[in-house]
Amino acid sequence: MTVKQLSIFAENRPGRLSAITKLLADNGINIRAMSVADTKDFGILRLIVNDADKAVAALKAGGCAVTVANVLAIQIPDVPGGLAAAMQVLYDNNVSVEYMYSAFVSEKSAEAYLILRADSNEKAEEAFDGKYKLLSQEELLNK
Amino acid sequence: MGKYWNEEIECMEPEKMRALQSERLVKQVRHVWDNVPYYRKKMEEKAVTPDDIKGIEDLHKLPFLSKADLRDAYPYGLLAKPLSDCVRIQSTSGTTGKRVVAFYTQNDIDLWEDCCARAITAAGGTNEDVCQVCYGYGLFTGGPGLNGGSHKVGCLTLPMSSGNTERQIQFMMDLESTILCCTPSYAAYIGETLHKMGYTPDDIKLKAGIFGAEPWTEEMRQEIEKSLGIKAYDIYGLTETSGPGVAFECECQTGMHINEDNFIAEIIDPDTGEVLPDGTKGELVFTSITKEAFPLLRYRTRDICVLTRGKCKCGRTLVKMAKPMGRSDDMLIIRGVNVFPSQIESVLLKMSNASPNYQIIVGRENNTDTFEIRVELTDEMFSDTIRSIEELERKIGQDMLSVLGIKAKIRLVEPNSIPRSEGKAVRVIDTRKLV
Repeated sequence: MTVKQLSIFAENRPGRLSAITKLLADNGINIRAMSVADTKDFGILRLIVNDADKAVAALKAGGCAVTVANVLAIQIPDVPGGLAAAMQVLYDNNVSVEYMYSAFVSEKSAEAYLILRADSNEKAEEAFDGKYKLLSQEELLNK
Repeated sequence: MGKYWNEEIECMEPEKMRALQSERLVKQVRHVWDNVPYYRKKMEEKAVTPDDIKGIEDLHKLPFLSKADLRDAYPYGLLAKPLSDCVRIQSTSGTTGKRVVAFYTQNDIDLWEDCCARAITAAGGTNEDVCQVCYGYGLFTGGPGLNGGSHKVGCLTLPMSSGNTERQIQFMMDLESTILCCTPSYAAYIGETLHKMGYTPDDIKLKAGIFGAEPWTEEMRQEIEKSLGIKAYDIYGLTETSGPGVAFECECQTGMHINEDNFIAEIIDPDTGEVLPDGTKGELVFTSITKEAFPLLRYRTRDICVLTRGKCKCGRTLVKMAKPMGRSDDMLIIRGVNVFPSQIESVLLKMSNASPNYQIIVGRENNTDTFEIRVELTDEMFSDTIRSIEELERKIGQDMLSVLGIKAKIRLVEPNSIPRSEGKAVRVIDTRKLV
């Protein structure tokens, strides 16, 4: 089970994040998880949104380079060592993480939600099977 | 040794020079007609035969040759001697896929080196001098040309080639080099490095520099002269006609004397091809009248400049060309290498997923050219990991290096971010202000 993630290419110059997020706001898109990966010259803005198809159409129309990737959303206990245990599972199964970030959660939740892309999402899914809950797009959006 | 390498030629009465050029031109046209079917066909298309060329006054009747002809005729189409008579090739840095290859007989090499010897002598060089050549050696004409000229003059020649600047300076000090030959940007860099190493011009014995292969300004000349404590002389040439030494500067530093006994220079209107009078700005055209293996007639250099006649204060009567003030095509000279925007486009078009929307940014930092190619990212090129984008930049960079022969910084930019004026993208931004 995977969720759709949008990746947007952004040059490192003032106003880019502002322009992209405004584009999403104007189209009524809600951001549920995000991360920014940066290099010297450019960054990649990764987003999980409430309506991926609509967001992609809006971004393309706005002239952005955008691509959709499937990523895993896993639920982990929001306690010390919660993330360490999940990473140990991947390591034990010889799965590498390409990138990872956390999703927005409400304060009262006892769970944390982690977005990750592995070198093999299938192998990661197998590794987590029975140990951690993987969320569907819908489940994640309704948290 | 005097201040001329060949006083008879360099100070020849203009009328006598014209007669010499006429005589050599007539002979050369016959040689080309007999041995170069490619050019003969061009003459036939214009209904011109060698009988129509009785002297220099008939030069305008001959068809032009351009870079496109050199590509069409690659590699042997303009060769006028059997390969068994040729002893060398030199080559340009390459245009849109194909290089220009020039052939030389031993006599061609001798005449070329003779031209370079005139340049070295005009810069004050004698057999007492130590001449450090830091132009690239190899297919590039810079190193071999000045190296040969330096040998002719009898200088102790240091065939350093370019790079490893601290070692260059070490040799310069240990062997007491007096003449430096390289690109002006490298000379400026040597000057900076010298100061960084804690030395001053008083610590070296250099007195003159012969700098060419790329455009440079009067301000740059003054800067180099100050930082190295020398007099800086300009030199001009192109692989198509031989290499450096087609024209050279004298101590007056007011334009470069063209070696008219080997090359006839004309200025034409780049749009109509019409010959323009001396003193008018236009495109420089050369006819090689002594070359045997690769004798180009009316070759369009695409350099825009002005010719001035009249006896120079140095005593030479050879016509002078001003520093080229620009190009009639879109060629850029970056770190001494010829770059055409079309080459960059061809590299991008060959990559299945790359966008042909690009922009070239050329600037100058610390007297060295900076060269960046911006490429618009398309959805097809974009994957969501940094690694894959950096991999793509590396791949484009390698392909550019192998086609252009010069390293460029590749920067991927957002779609539609390259400014377009009237729907056409602005391909080149050159902030060097060289003219």
